Amino acid sequence: MSALETNTMPDRAAALPGPRVGGIDTRDVHAWFDRHHVLHGITLTIAPRQVTSIIGPSGCGKSTFLRCLNRMHELVPGARVGGQILLDGGDIYGPGVDPVLVRRRVGMVFQKPNPFPTMSIYDNVAAGLRLGGDRGGATLDEIVERSLRAAALWDEVKDRLEKPGTSLSGGQQQRLCIARALAVSPEVLLMDEPCSALDPAATLRIEELARQLAGDITIVIVTHNMQQAARVSDVTGFFLNGELVELGVTDQIFTRPKDKRTEDYITGRFG
Amino acid sequence: MTRDTFVKEMEALQADVVRMASMAGDAIHAAVEALRDRDVARAERIIADDDRIDTLHLDLEARCMRLLARQQPMASDLRAIAAVFTITLDLERLADHAEGISKAVKRLGDQPLLKPLIDIPRMEALVQQMLRDVMHAFLRRDVALAEATALKDDEVDALRSQVFRELLTYMMSDPGTVSRALELLLVAQHLERAADHITNIGERVIYAVTGELRELNV
Amino acid sequence: MIAAGPAYRRRKIINAIMSAATALCTIAVLVPLFVILLFLIRQGAGSINREFFTHLPGAAGEPGGGMANAIAGSLVLIGLAGVIGVPVGVLGGVFLSEYPGSKFGHVVRLMADVMNGMPSIVMGLFAYTVLVLPMRHFSALAGGVALGVMLIPTVMRTTEEIVRLVPQSIREASLALGIPQWKTMVRIVLPTAAGGIVTGIMVGLARIAGETAPLLFTAFGNRFWNWNLLQPIAALPLQVFSYAIAPYDDWHRQAWAGALVLVAMILVINVTARSFAARQVNLP
Repeated sequence: MSALETNTMPDRAAALPGPRVGGIDTRDVHAWFDRHHVLHGITLTIAPRQVTSIIGPSGCGKSTFLRCLNRMHELVPGARVGGQILLDGGDIYGPGVDPVLVRRRVGMVFQKPNPFPTMSIYDNVAAGLRLGGDRGGATLDEIVERSLRAAALWDEVKDRLEKPGTSLSGGQQQRLCIARALAVSPEVLLMDEPCSALDPAATLRIEELARQLAGDITIVIVTHNMQQAARVSDVTGFFLNGELVELGVTDQIFTRPKDKRTEDYITGRFG
Repeated sequence: MTRDTFVKEMEALQADVVRMASMAGDAIHAAVEALRDRDVARAERIIADDDRIDTLHLDLEARCMRLLARQQPMASDLRAIAAVFTITLDLERLADHAEGISKAVKRLGDQPLLKPLIDIPRMEALVQQMLRDVMHAFLRRDVALAEATALKDDEVDALRSQVFRELLTYMMSDPGTVSRALELLLVAQHLERAADHITNIGERVIYAVTGELRELNV
Repeated sequence: MIAAGPAYRRRKIINAIMSAATALCTIAVLVPLFVILLFLIRQGAGSINREFFTHLPGAAGEPGGGMANAIAGSLVLIGLAGVIGVPVGVLGGVFLSEYPGSKFGHVVRLMADVMNGMPSIVMGLFAYTVLVLPMRHFSALAGGVALGVMLIPTVMRTTEEIVRLVPQSIREASLALGIPQWKTMVRIVLPTAAGGIVTGIMVGLARIAGETAPLLFTAFGNRFWNWNLLQPIAALPLQVFSYAIAPYDDWHRQAWAGALVLVAMILVINVTARSFAARQVNLP
């Protein structure tokens, strides 16, 4: 039995049909900040229950792309998305689709750990459920424990759940944010450079966690650290100037990339 | 910039690989000449010099390890270092074969040869040519040249079989020649193995350039 | 090499001079404050007794009496002002922080700044025209409205500043969980900014507690107990004013006491505000 149950919450908006495995297909996705065209025709497939990493130099559009996957990009005034993004076959940008519901199925963890400062550890993990989703029958206590276990944090905090979320170390806070995101049972977890603000030991723990979680949910991780992408992911995509240059099995990308630009970036000739 | 450091170290590494190759090649040439001239003293010098080549091999390996640890190379850089790793091993084996030939020379001492040497020097000439070609392929990243070198390996094999047949007839007709014949057989064997190692080097060159690992020895 | 030379000695001297100068200036600022407080205490402490806090004002000329109704009245007026000013101010502040670029927001901000600088008597006139005249009599409500309208710009601006300081990352975390935008504001952002918002409210309240001019022709003052909001009500500043200009020494002494109590009230509000500020979550 997997550590996370699939969310059985019914869609109230135009349904995103199909079995929920967390596979994503993007078709000719473009993105703009006002007039600034930052993503050009991204077409790729993210396989379910795997770790896909996205690498590329600063400003190549990888974070923007990630934010298109959970409809966070459009929250910036003047930002626009074009094209289709299919989550298990349903276009998340289709007419009548509620972005709030999309974000419950596609969770996100950010670069700097951001636990809610006024809430305890328990309340932080429970926040998404209390303020948003459907619990699907399990009690809050069970879900909180389950999420903290999945984030490899339970043992460290089980005796102090009522302490503030900000009383934890950086690495623990990031795992708390992961637990918080997992509590609403998403099928996909997006991670935007989750280890940038952490020390090497904490980084390795998060990487291990990502690999473990991939057995149950789809992980997409944006990173500027190539060694991390090499360690953690099954599939790697290389972005450059808003385009997808190459997408392939991680082993192949890092030993025999097909595109010269990928080769140049990976060997440090630029970026 | 780290990349410049890396590039410089790789170039130094490659230069030293070529140097090691010429040392090994010279050793083989000297060994076969010592056989022809029955020069035991020269043979002993070759055996002693093998240490230098061993030391160079270990040094090159250590430098590869250092580059891997410090630079975390990827893609073609990674393949290049992996190639150097294996190539130096093959070159060290090459030198060992030269040492083996020299030991046979020592054992033969000043006993007369069974017949004038023809095929063995021809094998050695082919081995030298193969070594030269494969090192060119290594420096110029020339896949076609590496593949062509492998073809010569067949010729070396053919010559070895010929030497075997000849020496067999000698041994069958005159049992007293057996010990000398065996030494010569060993020399031919060493040369054939040397050619195999050089073919391995060719395979690694192709891997470094294309990422494909192929068996060239048929 | 790095041994102390003439430049070092010069720096030390300049350092000492500047430190002394800034210390002197600080003292200069504090001196008037302390002098006033000392004066207040000296003049007013003698008249502070139980009677002051429990009795109504006495008849003209007669000794005794207190300012119980004025103290109560001031609290009522502050409460009224809060009820009017706080919701409008906080919601306005939230709007301004969420839509920082809107043209409407720019206009609102400008108006708030103008209101902040307006003489308080003008606020009183406004409440007079809008409430006292139609109702044909003075009332606590009018006084509360006048003070409340003065409270709005202060609360709105502080709320806007504090809410804007709440890091975008907190909002993003909430939105990424699938929490709707309005809930993010109400349940996540506002609680995070609560300490600062309350501080802003308290500071605003402390300011209006001592305002006299707007109450002159709105609340008007009352010599008796009054809990009817549609009738005139006593207030501490008004009482202090009318006692101070009266010809009776006893009343003068009571005026000092009233001023002292007023200052004490403002002090308490400010200290409370600080404690809320301390509870405010650390914002970058």
